Amino acid sequence: MRFLFDTDTWQEIYSSIRKNKMRTVITIVGVMWGIFLLVVLLGAAKGVENNFNRLFGDFATNSVFVWAQQTSKPFKGFQEGKSLVLKMNDLEKIRTEIDGLAFVVPRHQGQAQVINNFKYGNFGIFGDYPELDKVQKKNLVYGRWINDNDIKERKKVCIIEDEIYKQLFDKGEYPIEQYIKINGINYQVVGMYKQGQVGSGGPQGNIHIPFTTFQQVYNRAGTVGWFMITGKPEYDILQIEADVKLLLRNLHKVHPEDERAFGSFNLGEAFGKFMGFLLGMQFLTWFVGIATLIAGVFAIGNILLITVKERTKEIGIRRALGAKPWEIKRQIILESVFLTSIAGALGIIFGGLVLMIIDATAGSGENPTLTNPTVDIPVVLIAAVTLVVLGTLIGLIPAQTAVSIRPIEALREE
Amino acid sequence: MIEIKNLHKSYPMGKESLHVLKGLDLFIKEGEFVSIMGSSGSGKSTLLNIVGLLDIHDEGEYYLNDELIQNLNEKKAAVLRNKFLGFVFQSFNLITYKTALENVAMPLYYKGVSRKERQVTALEYLEKVGLKEWANHLPSELSGGQKQRVAIARALVTKPKVILADEPTGALDSTTSHSVMEMLKEINAEGMTVFVITHEEDIAEQTDRIVRLKDGVIISDEKVKKTVNA
Repeated sequence: MRFLFDTDTWQEIYSSIRKNKMRTVITIVGVMWGIFLLVVLLGAAKGVENNFNRLFGDFATNSVFVWAQQTSKPFKGFQEGKSLVLKMNDLEKIRTEIDGLAFVVPRHQGQAQVINNFKYGNFGIFGDYPELDKVQKKNLVYGRWINDNDIKERKKVCIIEDEIYKQLFDKGEYPIEQYIKINGINYQVVGMYKQGQVGSGGPQGNIHIPFTTFQQVYNRAGTVGWFMITGKPEYDILQIEADVKLLLRNLHKVHPEDERAFGSFNLGEAFGKFMGFLLGMQFLTWFVGIATLIAGVFAIGNILLITVKERTKEIGIRRALGAKPWEIKRQIILESVFLTSIAGALGIIFGGLVLMIIDATAGSGENPTLTNPTVDIPVVLIAAVTLVVLGTLIGLIPAQTAVSIRPIEALREE
Repeated sequence: MIEIKNLHKSYPMGKESLHVLKGLDLFIKEGEFVSIMGSSGSGKSTLLNIVGLLDIHDEGEYYLNDELIQNLNEKKAAVLRNKFLGFVFQSFNLITYKTALENVAMPLYYKGVSRKERQVTALEYLEKVGLKEWANHLPSELSGGQKQRVAIARALVTKPKVILADEPTGALDSTTSHSVMEMLKEINAEGMTVFVITHEEDIAEQTDRIVRLKDGVIISDEKVKKTVNA
């Protein structure tokens, strides 16, 4: 160990490095490139993942949306093409009959013309329960979300999206407790939220009113527009989707094999596909990064091997002067470890800088392609340690070559 | 100091083997100044390599400083070389990117001498060979004779028992050759055993004892008659 803190050791390494500037530079660039790529690729992949999580973050991803359509098969005396409407009774049935449900949220959806003084616009309008907030998290800027009291008393209150605020209100105006006219009826604004990247599929700009108010105002007593069903994480959402649709067919006297009677969109499935893609991308990133790293380390070994050939005579002289094989070996190993460490550190630094640049360009603005492209410190440390270990191992090869030559043969080299 | 009994050495040459040393017997006392004469291929370099522990003999016995050399691993050989032997080569074999002082100090480094002490000792020996002012020059900035003197200083710095010189004047002109030989004589006069390998008659004649080798056997071993005015 004392050897590591000996000035002479480092003097030797310094003079050897100084003597072979070209070799040193190529070696460092080789390994630096490897770890640089690893850091940047991992960071970028993380950025894509973060971005994806940000976009879908406000959705419970283990979800399926179910709505009613028209039958496509005649059944029990009904012709095909019968229009179906979901009922509030269905909600209770789904809750009791289906296993593994976290939430079942009924919704209504429509179009509305909204007026505020002299400004107006056409927006989507939803009748919602307080539970929606749990399935699709609302990022409230001002005020509150719908509460149980609103539902019970069918209050004429609404929560608006920031997009609607921009269109209906003056800049800097405080929207809460103001009244806006929706299809001719005044509603008090009680909340405003900022929409995530992925909306619920409705038209641009959404207004949410209590579900019961929606039923009353739009004459939809006892019915449901569509269900948002969220499964518990350990349950398969595809199975839940199939079960729910089968139950609904049964309740609405629809042919059990009538696939078109109820429509659905399985968010969990879409999400799963994307997660698979993301996983594949991460695997590829690791694979490419590590392969590059290994290639870099082998480059070091190769270059060291060449220099050992060049330095055969010098090594011969040193051995004639009384250098023990281990002293020659550890010198070469330390040299390779030193070079890989320096190169690794530089690679991490440059990788970090590039990630900062990526973050500043692709990672900012209204619609960033990446969010927080970062690499975990443990990952970087593991990569760095791997590099040093590989550096040691690869240093062993030329070191072994150097001492396996008999000193007399080394001295004979001209 | 050096005792060799029935020494054999052969090198594999493809399928056959080349028998280089065919049973040498040689005894060199402490403080002797011996030269090995022989044309190329006579086995003199092989002998020096074996004596210098750079190569291993096949058969026979070799005692260095009354120690039987056998089953020598590289580590042990390195220690013995450092302790007992100093090398002077025909092509100087200085390390090109190190200064004269650093070259001289190197054997001390492998001996485990502290940095400060190394500098002092190395400088002392450079002064001895008259190159104190050149201490911080690289070998490329030195003449052939100067390089060989640095090499001699390097060989002496560990205070070895034997100086092994392989054609020390082979790459030098006659004037510098002469000064290098004078230096070796001085070293010998101080009591050091000096072992020179050469193929030049006039160099050999400056030593005290000439051993002539031919085709791997010793053909003559005689003391040099010193002329009065030499």
